[in-house]
Amino acid sequence: MILTTLEGVPGKTIAEHYGLVQGSTIRAKNIGKDILAGFKNIIGGELKAYTELLHEARQEALDRMVRQAELQGANAVINIRFATSSVAQGAAELFAYGTAVRVQ
Amino acid sequence: MADLIGLIVFIGLLVLGYCAGTYFERKHYREIQVRERKTKHIPLITFGAKQPLPPAAAAQLFVGSVVVSADYFKIVTASLRNLIGGRVVAYESLLDRGRREALLRMKEQAIRWGATQVVNVRLETASIGNPTGDNNGLVAIEVVAYGTGLR
Repeated sequence: MILTTLEGVPGKTIAEHYGLVQGSTIRAKNIGKDILAGFKNIIGGELKAYTELLHEARQEALDRMVRQAELQGANAVINIRFATSSVAQGAAELFAYGTAVRVQ
Repeated sequence: MADLIGLIVFIGLLVLGYCAGTYFERKHYREIQVRERKTKHIPLITFGAKQPLPPAAAAQLFVGSVVVSADYFKIVTASLRNLIGGRVVAYESLLDRGRREALLRMKEQAIRWGATQVVNVRLETASIGNPTGDNNGLVAIEVVAYGTGLR
């Protein structure tokens, strides 16, 4: 599966379009991480626990999108975009979408 | 007496936040500068869509992300700044650090893969803490940088 943010795959031509594919996941922070983050907030800097949490979540959203594309018989997803929105207190939605295509 | 202890804790946190926060920020900036110089040979390009595809043998998506939080001193000065308005200098460096770090992470992954350039780079920022201020005052932002590496 080729993933790009371009409107095609360099060196290949698009044979067929399958339309929009998307994947999303909603994650809540856990209390333990929140308390640690509270301490970390005094001195500032990177919150590694959150970075990892969101990284994993984004990977999952991407995987779901890829699975959807595979089901349709695509071998590439082009023009991929990410979005994040906070849905409820302490929970965030991570969202990935793109266009599934078959390239040759 | 309780008021006095509260005041001492507040000032203690403020001093700790200022000293440790400034120290770590400087350290991070030095690290960023070194890594930026090391990865300067790979251009990051924000265009790439709505134009002919660049010639390349392979293309792959690369994502870099980071969550950074402000220190206690910055949160206090920013909330004071809120009263009179104007530039919130305290948070400017926070966002700048976050963006540069996210871009560097994306770039370093692309370099490991053997990319010669990264095109159609997009940046996304999201606030993690509660903007209204409760939720133990956590002020944190997540920056995501993503683009297509070509080789």
